[in-house]
Amino acid sequence: MTTATVPTNKIGLTKQDYVGAKSTLCPGCGHDAITSQIIQAAWEMNLEPHRVAKLSGIGCSSKTPTYFMSQAWGFNSVHGRAAAVCTGAALANRSLINILASGDGDSMSIGMGQLVHMIRRNVPVVYILEDNGVYGLTKGQFSATADVGSTLKHGDVNEITPIDPCTLAMELGCGFVARSFSGNPKQLGTILKAALAFEGTALIDVISPCVTFNNHDSSTKSYKNAKDHEMPLQELGFVPYYDAEEVEIEPGAAMEVGLPDGSRLTFRTIGKGFDPTDRYAAMKAVHEAHDRGEFLTGILHIATGKPILHDFTHTVDDVLATLPQASVKPGPEVLAECMRELM
Amino acid sequence: MLTQPATMEAVDGGTLVNDFSIEVATVNGSGSQTANIVLMRTIFQMGVPVSGKNLFPSNISGLPTWFQIRANHKGYKARKAGIDLMICMNPETAKDDVAKVRPGTLLIYDEPLKLDALRNDLAFCAVPFQKLVAAACPEPKLHKLVKNMIYVGVAAQMLGLDMDEVKAAIAKQLDGKQKAIDLNQGAVQAGHDWAAAEAPRQTRLKIVRDDKTKGQIIIDGNTACALGAMFAGVTVVAWYPITPSSSAVESLIDYAKVYRKDPATGKLNVAIVQMEDEIASAGVVVGAGWAGARAMTATSGPGISLMSEFIGLGYFAECPGVFLDVTRMGPSTGLPTRTSQGDVELCAKCSHGDTLHICLYPGTMEECFQFTYQAFDLAERYQTPVFVVSDLDLGMQNWASQPFAYPEGAFDRGKVLDEAQLKDIQDWGRYKDVDGDGVCLRTLPGTPGGKGAYFARGTGHNPYALYSEKPDEFLATVDRLKKKFLTARASVPEPLLTGPGVQRGILAYGSSDPAVAEARDLLTELHAKDTDYLRVRALPFTDAVEAFIASHDVVYVVEQNRDGQMTNLLREFFPQHATRMKKVLHYDSTAITAQTIVDQINAFEN
Repeated sequence: MTTATVPTNKIGLTKQDYVGAKSTLCPGCGHDAITSQIIQAAWEMNLEPHRVAKLSGIGCSSKTPTYFMSQAWGFNSVHGRAAAVCTGAALANRSLINILASGDGDSMSIGMGQLVHMIRRNVPVVYILEDNGVYGLTKGQFSATADVGSTLKHGDVNEITPIDPCTLAMELGCGFVARSFSGNPKQLGTILKAALAFEGTALIDVISPCVTFNNHDSSTKSYKNAKDHEMPLQELGFVPYYDAEEVEIEPGAAMEVGLPDGSRLTFRTIGKGFDPTDRYAAMKAVHEAHDRGEFLTGILHIATGKPILHDFTHTVDDVLATLPQASVKPGPEVLAECMRELM
Repeated sequence: MLTQPATMEAVDGGTLVNDFSIEVATVNGSGSQTANIVLMRTIFQMGVPVSGKNLFPSNISGLPTWFQIRANHKGYKARKAGIDLMICMNPETAKDDVAKVRPGTLLIYDEPLKLDALRNDLAFCAVPFQKLVAAACPEPKLHKLVKNMIYVGVAAQMLGLDMDEVKAAIAKQLDGKQKAIDLNQGAVQAGHDWAAAEAPRQTRLKIVRDDKTKGQIIIDGNTACALGAMFAGVTVVAWYPITPSSSAVESLIDYAKVYRKDPATGKLNVAIVQMEDEIASAGVVVGAGWAGARAMTATSGPGISLMSEFIGLGYFAECPGVFLDVTRMGPSTGLPTRTSQGDVELCAKCSHGDTLHICLYPGTMEECFQFTYQAFDLAERYQTPVFVVSDLDLGMQNWASQPFAYPEGAFDRGKVLDEAQLKDIQDWGRYKDVDGDGVCLRTLPGTPGGKGAYFARGTGHNPYALYSEKPDEFLATVDRLKKKFLTARASVPEPLLTGPGVQRGILAYGSSDPAVAEARDLLTELHAKDTDYLRVRALPFTDAVEAFIASHDVVYVVEQNRDGQMTNLLREFFPQHATRMKKVLHYDSTAITAQTIVDQINAFEN
């Protein structure tokens, strides 16, 4: 096969250039479907691999950065706290594109505090929460997103109220909150591209069934249950920044949101009207759907233009890590002045 | 109003010129810190070596606090147990404060406390503060603050302080706040004038102008560390407030606003972020260090405990980062406002599994500055967390110091490959020990060229940064990390050796230095015991440390902790010399005194 027959993206890379090592997750794991969509989205969005930092904590989901973009910089850190590592990397080098893979065990228990504060600081990152309701790597204990009444394989029933990462994120003012399902690749792919075009923290909760420990009929996070109860909110359309000029969107047919990189996101509402720019209405809709045993998917909330991490630190536009010594080491006259003040 | 049961001379015939201790007992939150620093600074401005120690409570307002000022013409800076002038401003503690002083002590107190009834072997000076305050300050809400300046004025008159210097010290301390300067200068004058007319004459305690502080600065260790970080080009700071380290970052924030601002845009070239906790702070340091920033945090023992998992990650994934530990008294919450050297082992071996960290132990203000600066070079050279182990005594107390020398030269950014260098390397592996020193070649995220990317991880890995569970690869990694740690012996500060070359050695580190210096003089002068002295300044220990221990029959290791943590480390690295080392320990939460060291050494030898 010659290179001419393999499609390349705008920066001349093939999709193969975005893959990683072979997955070691269980065959059929929802996480692998997510990984495929990350690869697809990164390729379509022409991400320069060397500019990508892919970060994770500990758990099955946190293994996934190994499986995409082997030419990107990876950091498999500590349980639940890739958020801080990501914040540090973002502060050091604001030109990095951060993709953080986490799970419900990683993010909703020990990692809760860090996720919450990452959202508050609006750290630029696509935060993918691969949500299966169980701890897979320790062989199937409940996580904090397990629904009341959901059962473990051996019959234990969860009686404790779950935490919904999406309503939590909306409560905190996160500017990009989405939910998807690993069995809905088209929607997930579009959400990922939109998230990559977003400027701050983009949280995507992806229901991603654990085929080994949580795929039985009495689990609410099984493939069957997810397929039966997923309620897509919108038909999403995404016009990437490089096509934004050319593509005409039929006026009046869809709602449109412009993204910071010039991309455009369109929403064609399914069923009852839903405005993803209305945070309070979105929170209400998600809660009500949950009460009905359904989960809404799509972009639940979007608000562009909020200040991000670097606005709060009031730092220069350059990459801090590589600033020359001359600009970060004050001269002898400054030390002399400091000494005089202390005399 | 005045009672003077005996003249000074009658109680104690000596006159103490430029060599005595003052203690001021006040209530915290009353503004007494400013007054006490004015008193200390005045003595300093008169050319007399002086040190000040604030024994403050973990509280914002209303609890007892004591400030000790020691003037000493020989330049001894350690805490001294005996008090020569006691100023009692706190009714709650006044009885105890009177009880604890030695016969002959001059006691200045608030008249209504009637302390003169408690003892008959002290020289009392009752001051009608309320009357003087009311006359000096028309605003009742400021009375509490002004009252403190009155005792400064009284003490100034009685000790012979130059009032022009007192007023200059006030102006310095209140930096440009003219209304406050006027008020406070008026108050000291009122105190002074009252004392000139009404206070008993005393000739025992005198400050006489000298020239021993010429050109010196007064600074605390946290400010010195902040300056070190600023000049080291720190670019990412993540922190969480904790006593006694907070002022290090707060000071850095103040300096950065002036000196680390991009002139063109007015934006900062250092990011300083207050995190949600110490865990997140350490995570930011690891992430920023991985991505190439000069990153640091400042905390105290409880913070280090929380950070330990991330510190282990930084060690194992080999990410540079500077961790300033301003040690306070543990365990647990312990005594947050009291000093200790109790984190020596915690820092040396922070995190689970086998870890060893480079630690620097500053013992002076200049070293707080230099070592913090140097820590960034070491962190990047050795791609690892580096600790600056300070303590509350260094960090928060005021110390006279020589001005700092400018750290000349280029930063050591370590073995970082750029795009061009990567091109020339055929078989790059992030954790390949190509130079045989344990220090591998590193790349920074964002480096173009498609060649330098790797996967940092806290899990077992091979030289190519790939996940590995192979025993031989794991062994190679942890052994290489040990080798890297030992390689750092070539770069860390050497210990400082002084002494005539005798068989009796003292080994100490950090804030014990002033007490050791004084103790050595006392041992020679009063007990005919000469000593050699080695001040250890870093882990890993260099050959000079071993040579010192090996060449002395006995080595007294002076520490401010219960378990002799430095001795434990020395015995681990030099087991063949284990029995030569004797532990001289002080851990009641106060700063160590020379007498403690003298007494314990004498006890060993009797």
